[in-house]
Amino acid sequence: MVVGLEVHVHLLTKTKLFCPCSTEFGATPNANTCPVCLALPGALPVLNEAAVRLAARAAYALGCTVHEDSVFARKNYFYPDLPKGYQISQFDRPLATDGRLALEDGADEARSVRIHRVHMEEDAGKSVHDRYAGSTAIDLNRSGTPLIEIVSEPDLRSAADAGAFLRRLKQILEYTEVSDANMEEGSLRVDANISTRGPGASTLGTKTEIKNMNSFSGVERALEVEFARQCALLERGERVVQQTMLWDAGSGTVRPARSKEESHDYRYFPEPDLPPLRLTREWLASVRTDLPELPAARRQRFVESFSLPAYDADVLTATRDLADYFEAVVASGAEAKVAANWVMGEVLARLKDAGIGIRELAARPAQLGVLLAMVRDGAVSHSAAKAIFAQMAKTGEDPAVIADREGLRQVGDDSQLSAWIDGVLAAHPDEAGRFLAGEKKLQGVLVGMVMKASGGKADPKKVNQLLAGRVAT
Amino acid sequence: MAVSEFDVRHVAQLARLAIDPARLPSLVQELNGILGHMEALGAVETSPETGDGRLETTAAGLRSDEGPPIPLAAARETFAPQMADGFFLVPRLATHEDLGSRSP
Amino acid sequence: MSLSARETADGVRSGQRTTRSVVEEVFRRADEVGAGKDGLNIVLHEDREASLREADLRDGKSGASYLVNPNARPLKGVPVYVKDNIATTTLRTTCGSRILADYVSPYDATVVARLRKAGALIVGKTNMDEFAMGSSTENSAYGPTKNPIDPTRVPGGSSGGSAAAVASGMVRIALGSETGGSVRQPASFCGIVGVKPTYGRVSRYGLVAFASSLDQVGVFGRTVDDAALGLQAIAGPDPRDATSSPIEPQAYHAAQHDSLEGLVIGRPREYFPDSLDPRIRDICDQAIERLKSLGAEVCDVSLPHTSLAIPVYYIVAPAEASSNLARFDGVRYGLRLSGDGLEGMYEATRSNGFGPEVTRRILLGTYVLSAGYYDAYYRKAMAIRGLIRRDFEQVFAAGVHVLLTPTAPTTAFKLGAISDPYEMYMSDIFTATANLAGIPGMSVPAGAVEGLPVGVQFLASHFDEYRMFVAAYALERAIAGGAV
Ligand SMILES: [Mg+2]
Ligand SMILES: [Zn+2]
Repeated sequence: MVVGLEVHVHLLTKTKLFCPCSTEFGATPNANTCPVCLALPGALPVLNEAAVRLAARAAYALGCTVHEDSVFARKNYFYPDLPKGYQISQFDRPLATDGRLALEDGADEARSVRIHRVHMEEDAGKSVHDRYAGSTAIDLNRSGTPLIEIVSEPDLRSAADAGAFLRRLKQILEYTEVSDANMEEGSLRVDANISTRGPGASTLGTKTEIKNMNSFSGVERALEVEFARQCALLERGERVVQQTMLWDAGSGTVRPARSKEESHDYRYFPEPDLPPLRLTREWLASVRTDLPELPAARRQRFVESFSLPAYDADVLTATRDLADYFEAVVASGAEAKVAANWVMGEVLARLKDAGIGIRELAARPAQLGVLLAMVRDGAVSHSAAKAIFAQMAKTGEDPAVIADREGLRQVGDDSQLSAWIDGVLAAHPDEAGRFLAGEKKLQGVLVGMVMKASGGKADPKKVNQLLAGRVAT
Repeated sequence: MAVSEFDVRHVAQLARLAIDPARLPSLVQELNGILGHMEALGAVETSPETGDGRLETTAAGLRSDEGPPIPLAAARETFAPQMADGFFLVPRLATHEDLGSRSP
Repeated sequence: MSLSARETADGVRSGQRTTRSVVEEVFRRADEVGAGKDGLNIVLHEDREASLREADLRDGKSGASYLVNPNARPLKGVPVYVKDNIATTTLRTTCGSRILADYVSPYDATVVARLRKAGALIVGKTNMDEFAMGSSTENSAYGPTKNPIDPTRVPGGSSGGSAAAVASGMVRIALGSETGGSVRQPASFCGIVGVKPTYGRVSRYGLVAFASSLDQVGVFGRTVDDAALGLQAIAGPDPRDATSSPIEPQAYHAAQHDSLEGLVIGRPREYFPDSLDPRIRDICDQAIERLKSLGAEVCDVSLPHTSLAIPVYYIVAPAEASSNLARFDGVRYGLRLSGDGLEGMYEATRSNGFGPEVTRRILLGTYVLSAGYYDAYYRKAMAIRGLIRRDFEQVFAAGVHVLLTPTAPTTAFKLGAISDPYEMYMSDIFTATANLAGIPGMSVPAGAVEGLPVGVQFLASHFDEYRMFVAAYALERAIAGGAV
């Protein structure tokens, strides 16, 4: 299987690529449109600098060369949700070229995918086909939304690698705050080119293009299905026809798009309404220095500076927000591995249960740090800490406040502990006698009894110490 | 490089223009007449350093990422041929099931 | 209109005249010359009552802005006709096409907003070749405009309606647009002044695009000063047009100098071929003598790629047009005709909405951009366009300030006289070069042949309209004074 991907990604700008209309999602149809994105006669595009900045940032994050000069071009075709009758895109002079994305950290070239190019373009509007009898309804709110198109070289050799590529790409785009990169919501779209090469063959087979996937796993499944179809054809001695295939997630099948009677001839030419895009070296340098730490570097740092297992580093750096949260917990004084266990355990569980993101978690990292310090200092037990966190996560209250109110503080005061111990020994003379006579294995049983008598508040470590002390005397 | 009737039909299809078959031969003749005058260009030496003919502009041509949106002085309904619930309506696409909601 | 734009503004400002009286005079004169459909067919859209109401409104709050700032309303009360491919919220914008027959723009073009801000009143929209494709204003879906000087002849084009509105004395200033000579050539045919500014000098926002890399809004004036005031009002950077230049315009009305000492005028030999009508050549040479007598230095220069301008133009312009006119698809505005499904709607709308010349150019432009032909036609034409521009740059770099040429190879021809498309295209032979190079150009009336006006053209370096106006003011004054 030989696969190359073309990924379209929405950029996180406030306004559209060529007009000051809002890019906000969910407005009433055509509310976010103006003379420019409606393509009214006489309207002209003016390029949004923030879109250029985000595009360049993504390109740098993918290791590309970003060019000082690039050129917008018109891609001409008729479609009712393409109001100008052409899409403003980049063609023979794209913003950036020649990048690389590693499928594994520290991987050799064989485990990385070359990025052919990254270019900027505008999105089309939306066509709704099933709402009005006999009519297609056009909503141009999305028309002119800024996109980058990321084109990989055909370096992928399995569906799983395609999935890995997309997950890593999504992570980079989120880290750089270039895009939400959400396939379900349409802010990331994938077209896959796939061909099949027999063992030992050096030339590429005829490729097909698969469209219409709406999840990463959908991309993986579609590639498997199309690969099987191509293999079966070749085994029967038939040929693969170059065409566009549509993935149907419901039935798990691909089918050819009805071939259009007219072959595409986009008649690209340089967009005369926009001067060539000229970026200064200083501007490019500022974009480059503004790049945040990328996921791979952060994973590596977590392993090296915090002595975390690779698995932990992977989980904790899944999103930039989660990694920031973890680092803030550590910064507040928590031991790294303890903090890691808590973030991967209690914190992620809470996010999953509540269906929220880390930013919406009421418990702030410094508060978790305080809680972990309380555990370390014996102020609360581990199990009490879990109960406290469950409340912090909902209310954002300080752990000490919860511990006090709920009476969850551990009692470490010798006289109180001794009183509880005395009570237990008195209530269980048989076990007490045997223990004091040297039957050490009974200590655990007695600690349990003391804990029970204390209502769980006794500090078990101290109870152990005190009990051991009784034998010695 | 003479234009044929096939070329004109192909180009008309790309441009979404219906050409009356009776008009086709004369159109071919007119276009060839015009293009004949363009042959002179082929004889002119050009090279990459003579440039791509685009006008140098001093304009940066960039805008900052902010509103407000450009206002419309009249509602979309006043100029649109057919609207419903804020949507522009067009005859249903024959191939819509193939293309989904995505243009090619 | 007997008073100049400057006199009108001064009169309204000082309270000597009311805006209403000025506007009434426009309509009176329009009726007198027969500006309507059955007459010269100059005006496509007007709303006289609305114009008079607007005039009254202005008169009602007269003076206030003048007291605050006398320069705030340089065109106060000045009536202006606007070519029908420039978007206006108050009147339809049809581009002389059936496909926009009932279209009213929901926004004003930047030039219209600026005219209004300068105090001018838009009194009507003028006839034009459909989508500005033509050189005679015969390609309008609403019938041809006739030349006020001889109604059996064309006014030139594509801005023929605006040229005729000024030539017939209805107004002193009108806006046109140029893609390849569409202001200068009709100015020459109608005996008035026509200016095409540097590409980027005037915003194109709201000018319905024909060929985006060539289009510029231009100004007609009865006199050089009318044109200078008009250009002054609309020029300057516009954040809504990425190709508009940040270079601020000069004060063109200050270009009136008694002496031309130090001005170097070039006479490009390619614009005076042996085939040129000797009477037109004589008028140009006479103009040169006049300017020389005022102190200008004149030299012969060469622009070797001039003859390639028309072939280059008729590849680049239709190519861009084929793309620019794709938006007229019946989906969001304008004409919609039904056919078989969506594709049928597209074809019915576009085939019936566009006239024959527009159809021809869309086909031509689609062809030169299509797979397999792009390099031979479009890319090649653009490369030669670069050579044409370089010709000019070299001449100007060598110390020439202004070039003097004939504006058009002929005087106004008879309606219907030219049926071969390429022969019509040759009407722009001396003007299309400026659009290709992006430089400013201007036509000034300089004489007549058999009673038909002949203009001479001044061309200048990028953003140097000022020197062009220096020469134009001087020539106009010399001709009026009768001195040779
Ligand atoms: Mg794309
Ligand atoms: Zn918009």
